[in-house]
Amino acid sequence: MASDVAKMKGEITKAHKAVRGRSPLQLAMGRFMRNPLAVAGSIILLIIIFITVFAPLFTHWSPTNPDIMNTDAGPSALHWLGTDSNGYDNMARVLYGGRVDLTIAFAASIMVMVLGTIYGGISGFLGGWVDNLLMRFVDIMLNFPFISLVLVLEAIFNTSNEWMLILVVGLTAWPGAARMIRGVFLQLREQDYVIGAVTIGASRMRIIFRHILPNTLSLLTVLVSMSVAGYVGLDAGLSFLGLGVPPSVASWGAMLNTYSDYISLSTKPYAWIPPVVMIVLTILSINFIGDGLRDAFDPQSRS
Amino acid sequence: MSNVLLDVQNIKKYFPVRGGFLKTVQGHVRAVDGVSLQVNEGETLGIVGESGCGKSTLGRSILRLIEPTDGKIIFEGNDIRKYSHAQMRAMRKKMQIVFQDPYASLNPRYSIMQTLTEPMYVHGLYNGKERAERVRALMQKVGLDPSYASRFPHEFSGGQRQRIGIARALVLNPKLMILDEPVAALDVSVQSQVINLLEDVQKDFNLTYLFVAYDLSVVKHISNRVLVMYLGKMAELATSDELFFNPLHPYSKALLSAVPVPNPEVRKERVILQGDIPSPANPPSGCVFHTRCPIAKEQCKKEVPEWREIQTGHFVACHYPGEGV
Repeated sequence: MASDVAKMKGEITKAHKAVRGRSPLQLAMGRFMRNPLAVAGSIILLIIIFITVFAPLFTHWSPTNPDIMNTDAGPSALHWLGTDSNGYDNMARVLYGGRVDLTIAFAASIMVMVLGTIYGGISGFLGGWVDNLLMRFVDIMLNFPFISLVLVLEAIFNTSNEWMLILVVGLTAWPGAARMIRGVFLQLREQDYVIGAVTIGASRMRIIFRHILPNTLSLLTVLVSMSVAGYVGLDAGLSFLGLGVPPSVASWGAMLNTYSDYISLSTKPYAWIPPVVMIVLTILSINFIGDGLRDAFDPQSRS
Repeated sequence: MSNVLLDVQNIKKYFPVRGGFLKTVQGHVRAVDGVSLQVNEGETLGIVGESGCGKSTLGRSILRLIEPTDGKIIFEGNDIRKYSHAQMRAMRKKMQIVFQDPYASLNPRYSIMQTLTEPMYVHGLYNGKERAERVRALMQKVGLDPSYASRFPHEFSGGQRQRIGIARALVLNPKLMILDEPVAALDVSVQSQVINLLEDVQKDFNLTYLFVAYDLSVVKHISNRVLVMYLGKMAELATSDELFFNPLHPYSKALLSAVPVPNPEVRKERVILQGDIPSPANPPSGCVFHTRCPIAKEQCKKEVPEWREIQTGHFVACHYPGEGV
């Protein structure tokens, strides 16, 4: 597949340099770059990713090695945001914590999209009774109790970590995506240019991967960005219920859980405001990126 | 001329109508209901009829883009309905289609070069350099500047896109081309250019056309023979001149009388049909046209008219062909 793309592209560049066309993707990128909110969102998200990935550059404290001589301390020159009751440095936990939250959000979204695209694509492309059967299973899965599954798995394994959460989200959230992708496949399957690909004798694989899938790309990108935003808050929500990653793991959600009692909320704002700000900023910036992508791919949809 | 390229025998396409709680089949829409036709090599057969009469479905059934319910499609002596998926794919290079809507018929993410090289790539024809060479020659042929090859469909006008669509159909040197209302979506000024282009390439590539349209003046101009369809059935088939000067079926007469004549001096007798086209899910008994026919008699409600040859090459399905309207 990749080689024939390269071949075709090679033919084009060799043959014609005279009048360059601009592909729909290039046009969309141009529109995205002209959208100030989307660009601001991208920059903020990149900064957040940068400081979480390169957290050791910003603090010499480890998020998992407690300073046991200094538990429950307020902000000081040593611990800028204080320490929690175990002696973990809050600054380090805010910086490192993003790794867990962002990993969960991105990995879960990608898993959901991959599963949803495969399932929905098969369903929509084949249609007929296969489609009917697959979609009834989606209806069942849509009603699957997500929180109960988390509870049961935590009970069985007697622990929880970010990969378990990713797996649970991936295995329960794909039906929504599958349904949307199926709709697009059903619609594109009847498009003249897809029928045109049939008439030139293209194989089914070629029709799916070269004619249908690339044209669902815009929808997929928007769906991924929107669901990433949703899953950033997921760890926070689950941690609040005591179902997230264990408190020993540094994550924004776990920090919120640590300080979720009434007294901490009123007396230690220096400890819980930073993770809240990080969560809000991340969700907001991803949402702006998602809106920007939607407008860029489909200029008519702009209200 | 008498070399039959395509022989369609009693082709039918019924779409099931599902309804009710269990989605059971409640009946069938008879989109194409027993059409037989022979197309000779190098000729143009026009297919006309009002919208919903099944002419597009017929065209797509012949290419097996819609799987026909029944009938035979004999192309170059072989029944292509018996072909396997793989045989069909190999065979597709001999029959191509040009679509009505030039805005929907090109992959928006393919440049023109990609669109036009893909058929050759799929069939493993020529090497990279020859492919690009052929695309440039073909673009020239259909009246496009080859330096536009790296452009994308959204950068072209409707007429230009239709030229690209025609070029895509020509890449594989097909024998049969189904033109599914190829000019209906275009401006009148562009229509004539595209029609001329189609006539030119027919000569150059020795193509056989199946021209599906509802614009009778266009059909008359381009076709050797014309088939009139009504409600999925054949109403009349004759050479273009014969049909236009001596229509025998009352439906053909009504259709022809609706063609505008660009001459205010000419007073024309209009045959105005009453009512709408009946539902193909529940076609009338006897002759399907009797509900709207100005000369319908008792017999027409009961008996299905036979498809018969009134004069050499002039077929009609009517109990009272040629009677005054």
